[in-house]
Amino acid sequence: MKLVLSQEQQDLRGSVRSFLASVSPMSGVREAMESADGYDRSVYDRLNGELGLAGLIVPEEYGGAGAGHADLAVALEETGAALLPGPFLATVFATIALLPERDKELLTAVAGGGLTATVVSGPSAGPDGVVSGIAPQVINGLDAEVLLVRDGRHGLVAVDADAGGVTREALGTLDPTRRQARITFDRASGRVIAGSAAGEARSRDLIAVALAAEQLGVLRASLDAILAYSRIRVAFGRYIGSYQAVKHKLADMHCKLEQAESIVRHAAWAADESPGELPEAAALAQIYLGRACFEVARDHLLLFGGIGYTWEHDAHLYYKRAKADEVLLGPPRAARARLADLLEL
Amino acid sequence: MDLEEYRRRARAWLVENAVEGAEGVAAARRFMAAMYDAGYSGISWPKEWGGQGLTQAEELAFAAEARDFTLPIYAFSIGLGMCGPTIVDLGTDEQRRRWVRPLLRGERIWCQLFSEPGAGSDVASLQTRAEPAEDGWIVNGQKVWTSVAQYADLGLLLARTDVEAPKHRGLTMLVIDMHAPGVTVRPLKDMSGRSNFNEIFFDNVHIPAENLIGQVDDGWSCAVTTLLHERLSISGGVGMSGARDNPASFERLREVVDTGDPIVRDQLVELYVRSRALTLFNQRLAEETRAGVFPGARGSAAKLLLAELTNFGADLAISLAGPEAVAYDDDGGGLARAVSQAPGLSLGGGTNEIMRNIVGDRVLNLPPEPRSDKNVPFKDLKVGTQQ
Repeated sequence: MKLVLSQEQQDLRGSVRSFLASVSPMSGVREAMESADGYDRSVYDRLNGELGLAGLIVPEEYGGAGAGHADLAVALEETGAALLPGPFLATVFATIALLPERDKELLTAVAGGGLTATVVSGPSAGPDGVVSGIAPQVINGLDAEVLLVRDGRHGLVAVDADAGGVTREALGTLDPTRRQARITFDRASGRVIAGSAAGEARSRDLIAVALAAEQLGVLRASLDAILAYSRIRVAFGRYIGSYQAVKHKLADMHCKLEQAESIVRHAAWAADESPGELPEAAALAQIYLGRACFEVARDHLLLFGGIGYTWEHDAHLYYKRAKADEVLLGPPRAARARLADLLEL
Repeated sequence: MDLEEYRRRARAWLVENAVEGAEGVAAARRFMAAMYDAGYSGISWPKEWGGQGLTQAEELAFAAEARDFTLPIYAFSIGLGMCGPTIVDLGTDEQRRRWVRPLLRGERIWCQLFSEPGAGSDVASLQTRAEPAEDGWIVNGQKVWTSVAQYADLGLLLARTDVEAPKHRGLTMLVIDMHAPGVTVRPLKDMSGRSNFNEIFFDNVHIPAENLIGQVDDGWSCAVTTLLHERLSISGGVGMSGARDNPASFERLREVVDTGDPIVRDQLVELYVRSRALTLFNQRLAEETRAGVFPGARGSAAKLLLAELTNFGADLAISLAGPEAVAYDDDGGGLARAVSQAPGLSLGGGTNEIMRNIVGDRVLNLPPEPRSDKNVPFKDLKVGTQQ
């Protein structure tokens, strides 16, 4: 088992962190979220061009870095902490879905060409790759260039977002830093990529682990923000962090961070090294991170006091991302029921 | 020998030697001696003082294997987890020679004498006095909550040597012979009905000069070292029984409750999630330790989480089991015992509130609470319980 970052992983974390601090600071996140596209395409291009993040887990033969899921988790923790808007996570999900099928065309385009993609479920496909139906909610559905439709019978079907028969409508979203769309397919033509039940199951677990890594970043950033404030904000002649009412809550939040990080490292290790342990580790990560991330984001907002309730303060952005992430892959009760099944309860 | 081989041999030894149902101090001493002879006592402790001189990796591998057994070494848990490591860290070579090997061989049982009736969470306000005498000190006072003192040969004592100095600067750490004239040990019955801890009275007890640990009046910094080891040993479970022995653990509970009920299932999932979260955190701390990063005050977070998990599990277990958990035949009562013992973990080794203070102050570097007791001569302070 490996729960501690290697030197290379610490270096990766350092370079993603400093890149995001300079290229996508919170002022940039706010500009992006209020822009028409919802994100800054040049940030996404530089993220890939300079750091190669979209190709991180793509095999080297397809132009990627051939890194593992533990490395991916390190990167996602940072993009989560920075509330990076745009299709990075959606494209990671799509990449994870494509990996077991080793689809050269799309994997090469994601790693080298900056192609963005998102996984779509709901519509059904025919054996000829003609897709019909409604996907009620698709993350980054408006900006992804390829829609990867997961069909129960025929596996994955890749549909160009601007293909005939595809209608995309923007939805209102709780989280302004990650948009969603409703997508209607009316006999839209796509390319069938074979899929297997085993590949789909593994993809679902890996997607849960990837999301948990993002949540770990959101959790950590929320805690760091309120810790910094507690050390400088004075009330009744004392720093608020010196009051036990505040300090004890922060200590409990730190305990959640310690356990959350341990769970994410373990799940990412299982993804790379111990596939048999992955389903349970992924379900555990989804359950624990969903709750812990939201609780810490909520408490960090509350501890800021009134200023944390304002639009101009960043606290609500973390709070909203945490809540949206908690239900991104389904209601928490579904993950809990799944874990109960895995434990044979 | 590689780690897997080490682990395999350790397991084989445990299967052969960790006999079920061995109880009592004589059995504890015999088992410690056997562990020492087999090379499993003080695995990562320095070789020259009686340890095996191996790394944390071997220590943790043995501990991981031992979790599946009930080792009858509870009487040595304080010595192995707290007193011994303090002597190794802070003792002179002469003291290490004198005390470490006999501890590891099961010849000397240790207890830790810090808390007093008027000084629990605020242990630095303790009032037991050690006054200079010919060739050492004369000790008078009272200690409490002292685990395994009824069996102990030696005690790690914190006593006040200067009442003119502020509270933290007038303490000294000494090793006391628990069989010396003037030492009285009285077992205290705890809320679970057991007598695992004691109250101790010192009536003009003489301690020789060579039993001083560290410097005179520098006992507080020595105590901080001991307390760090204490929290790590509690969260890491030195000499403690495993989940297997805890009827309120997920593994045991799932066998006895109706998992067909969706609410029961979900509550078991919650217990599993919390248990796994802490297990993985402890494993991560262990990996960091192996890599040379000492967890320090983060051990207090692990101790706090263990206390909360234990109380959560015992509470949940009784609720799930229902009325039969609280009225039982002679062979029953496991869950009643578990819920009666659970509060102990939130109190012993520092209360949950003290753990949160430590995490806040030392892990998160939050500003300290303003204090009125830090720079006042001890003799001018209010201490204990006063009207």
